[in-house]
Amino acid sequence: MDTQVIGHRTPRVDGEFKLTGQADYTVDWQVRDMLYGYPVSASIAHGTLKTLHLDTARAMPGVVDIFHHGHFPELYRASKNQVSEMRLPFEDERIHYDGQYIALVVAESFEQARAAAHTVQADYHQEEGARTSLLDTNQEGQLLESEGVSRGDPEKAFDEAPVTIDHTYDIAAESHMQMEMHATLAEWRDERLIVHESSQGVVYQHKAMARIFGLPEESVEVVSHYIGSGFGNKLFMWPHAVATAGAAQMLGRPVKTILPRQQDMESGGNRPASRQRLRLGAKQDGTLLSIRHDSTTETSFVHPYVDSLGSATPSLYACDNVAISQRLLEVNHGTPCPMRAPGETSGIHALETALDELAVELGMDPLELRRRNYAKNDPASGLPWSSKYLDDCYTNAAKRFGWEKRNPTPGAMRDGDEVIGWGMATACWPAMRLSCSARVELRDDGSVMAACGTQDIGTGTYTIVAQTVAELSGVPLKDIEVRLGESTLPAGPLSGGSMVTATALPAVAAALRNAFDALKEVATGENGAFEGCDPDNLEIEAGALVDKQGKRVSFGEILSQQKLGSVSGDGQAAPGDEKSQYSFRSFGAHFVEVRWDPGISRLRVARVVSSIDIGRAINPSAARNQVEGSIVMGIGMALTEKLDYDPRDGRLINNNYADYIVPCHADMPEIDVELPDNPDYTLNEFGARGVGEIGLTGIAAAIGNAVYHATGKRIREFPITLEKVMDT
Amino acid sequence: MRSFAFSAAENVDQAIIACESNNAEASYIAGGTTLIDLVKLDVMRPERVIDLNRLPLKEVERLDDGRLRIGALVSNTDLAHHPLVTEHYPLLSQALLAGASTQLRNMATTAGNIMQRTRCPYFRDVAAACNKRDPGSGCDALGGINRMHALLGTSEHCIATHPSDMCVAMAALGATLTLEGPNGIREIAFGDFHRLPMDRPDLEHELEPNELITHITLDTPVVGGGSHYLKLRDRASYEFALASAAVVVAVEDGVIRDARLALGGVATKPWQAMEAEQALTGQPAKTESFEKAAEIALADALPREHNAFKVPLARQAILRALEKATQAAMNS
Repeated sequence: MDTQVIGHRTPRVDGEFKLTGQADYTVDWQVRDMLYGYPVSASIAHGTLKTLHLDTARAMPGVVDIFHHGHFPELYRASKNQVSEMRLPFEDERIHYDGQYIALVVAESFEQARAAAHTVQADYHQEEGARTSLLDTNQEGQLLESEGVSRGDPEKAFDEAPVTIDHTYDIAAESHMQMEMHATLAEWRDERLIVHESSQGVVYQHKAMARIFGLPEESVEVVSHYIGSGFGNKLFMWPHAVATAGAAQMLGRPVKTILPRQQDMESGGNRPASRQRLRLGAKQDGTLLSIRHDSTTETSFVHPYVDSLGSATPSLYACDNVAISQRLLEVNHGTPCPMRAPGETSGIHALETALDELAVELGMDPLELRRRNYAKNDPASGLPWSSKYLDDCYTNAAKRFGWEKRNPTPGAMRDGDEVIGWGMATACWPAMRLSCSARVELRDDGSVMAACGTQDIGTGTYTIVAQTVAELSGVPLKDIEVRLGESTLPAGPLSGGSMVTATALPAVAAALRNAFDALKEVATGENGAFEGCDPDNLEIEAGALVDKQGKRVSFGEILSQQKLGSVSGDGQAAPGDEKSQYSFRSFGAHFVEVRWDPGISRLRVARVVSSIDIGRAINPSAARNQVEGSIVMGIGMALTEKLDYDPRDGRLINNNYADYIVPCHADMPEIDVELPDNPDYTLNEFGARGVGEIGLTGIAAAIGNAVYHATGKRIREFPITLEKVMDT
Repeated sequence: MRSFAFSAAENVDQAIIACESNNAEASYIAGGTTLIDLVKLDVMRPERVIDLNRLPLKEVERLDDGRLRIGALVSNTDLAHHPLVTEHYPLLSQALLAGASTQLRNMATTAGNIMQRTRCPYFRDVAAACNKRDPGSGCDALGGINRMHALLGTSEHCIATHPSDMCVAMAALGATLTLEGPNGIREIAFGDFHRLPMDRPDLEHELEPNELITHITLDTPVVGGGSHYLKLRDRASYEFALASAAVVVAVEDGVIRDARLALGGVATKPWQAMEAEQALTGQPAKTESFEKAAEIALADALPREHNAFKVPLARQAILRALEKATQAAMNS
């Protein structure tokens, strides 16, 4: 496809709004008579609330009301797939985790609400035996039959394999640390509930709110125009939103709640800790004979969230004997939820680390080991891949990195005080597509408006929708308005699973084509610019209709001539039967250089080269940005990020940006990302497979493998903080 | 954040009077980078806040005796880049720039840096037991997650680390603080200003009620000294030290004539390793001497469950910083 706008590095169409403060994030919304909510959090992780002492807070300036168990509307529960936490706020006096809301103070100002919330004292009956982390216990958790996969006879194949490895990998719980905190503004207007929320799924929150408040769906509206990222923890609504809407209902005034970072980290989602046992059996030549991947993850006591750790493993490498199992253990933490490339980030991490261990055992180059087990078809389904160029990714990235110069002996590559370590890993994420609706309006001023009830979480959805419209209509980007983030718009997907691009753009294109048809009908009708002309003989060119004779009339003129403000088209797009013909996944490869200074125990990632095949990148700048951001996130996962729950009582100790350590600017390595352009038209007409998550898979394993190569130490408990590798 | 009364003082006397004239819990504010943070967390609850930013304490000047006098309100950024500092006290500049972030350094003041509170998470959590925040309540850090905590100068009542980098450099360089209060002006050696926690970790320093720091005067620079500040931490910037070492050495004919060594990230106050300094003096400037000094400096280290690695890490910081400072001295 020869494209004018798609596939080009278009600057973000919303960049100006963000730079000038015009972008309306949830916290920016001010409405008449608005009050502020501030939650009061439990300071125990396991027990019951006995008494709340509210008298001081009630007497504080500006305090309007304080909601808690016994003083809150009776509501309905949503289903587990609609919300992040099924338990309703203040439902009972049971405390399941540190940070669980025990009250919501509502006051005239944010500062007043916070000050009053700080004065609330609670008496608890604290119980012994809080389950503080999966990694602190030997309890196994419940086996999830639904997550099990088996093919061949992996046990027998393992027992007979000449080379085997059997190791267990732990990954600490992580926090999303999205820039913009969770926030809700709830307003009841004539029995209608209008909610502004920093949300990755306005349509989903809309349905959940309707169900919880027992309202017809048309009586709820959810708005999320701009989101300061979410990485998955804003996919489904949390209790703060329900508490805020309930308070607004009881008070008859709008209420806005902005979670402070501490509460956001305690009760607004996390990536659960995991423990994974990998057993691999191979021939001496590296051929994989058996893969067994047994995982356990955490959930809370109030919501059964499952991070599906083994889902990529059956598809990544050619191997006849594979078994996957997963267990789930309830712990006294805030409920976990999807976090960027959920499940597979942890699962691929363990598999790619185990493969590196196998390569060492075999005395084989780790890249060569992966090539020997290359899966030409999807070994899980037996179907051909829709499009797979992983071999090119390996070759290109290895070349750009200089992998052929690697000395395989750990610690053999040095530069002054520093030891250099090189490691690599495969990246992989499914390509998904859902059904989607959109509407496009062609207006008499020549502009075009495209609308879809999905949202832009900062990744560039506004821009790629505008690019799609520009590509197909020839209208310049400046004349294209994109509306997203409103649940009243035609229903669009969650901003999750890296599927918005593949899902929404075809719907926008369908709507645009229907709008063209409507325009052609106007143009060819009575007194139209092309009266009597066969609509099929009219072409779209640069914002105009053109007939066979070369007569050209702009969209705007056609409409003005007929005294029409606009014509519109509704479009739907849905996956077809392609899933029965192909397996859809994106693949890539990461190559990493770490620098280890053993004299001062300093470990830093110095260089990353990645080649990630995502089909066609609609906007290569935004796509590269996603991969680069993922790499930085992976550095945190590999080296520093860890939610510290006190092993005595399960309280979260490092609930802030200073004590929970994400990489900062000075930690940025040299990053070289290649996005080979291999459009995958089996998934959609634009050839795009999505890019938000794949970059995070494999990167932490590649770093850990590089750390082994530098230090000779195989660390199986992540993150690799310096005390784990230092020479003592 | 609870409401507080706010007033701005124009000079030192006004500030002291404003602080004194009210029975309410009063607090001075300069950059506010510690105070406002802790007020938001409800850890500090001043009823009255007196703004010092208009006080004429923003000069850096060289005294006739060669010492450097720094006004309390000189920002960390200005101090780090001041020509008199970069020329005569590069160690201080390095230490300042190793701390916090540009934005914080722009706000934070010299005296405020000295007065900053610990980052111990149990101190910052009002629901936790903390003798520093709530005397007599106990110390949750002792049996809790104490990876970031101190090895030196601890007690059974508190193991919180002093978080400053700047102060570590000052402990090595030697300095005098000028304090002013209702009873007039007095001076105190930098090393005597911060208190060890002992059985009263809530008493962190020697300031009398309503007293404030007006100046910090650095000792004359070590003649012919080379220096190095080395900070070891979990990430490359904007992160507190796991261990840091501030070193000044003067070397003559391969022998150490004068040595200064202070440690950060491992102690309850900016930690001058005096015995190690003495042990270095007169010794050959080479690894064996450095190793001996490190051993002496850490002889009293008392590790806890999660911070034992800081003993060898601090040793590494000392050795590398001594090597670098020696190289700098040789090259100067």
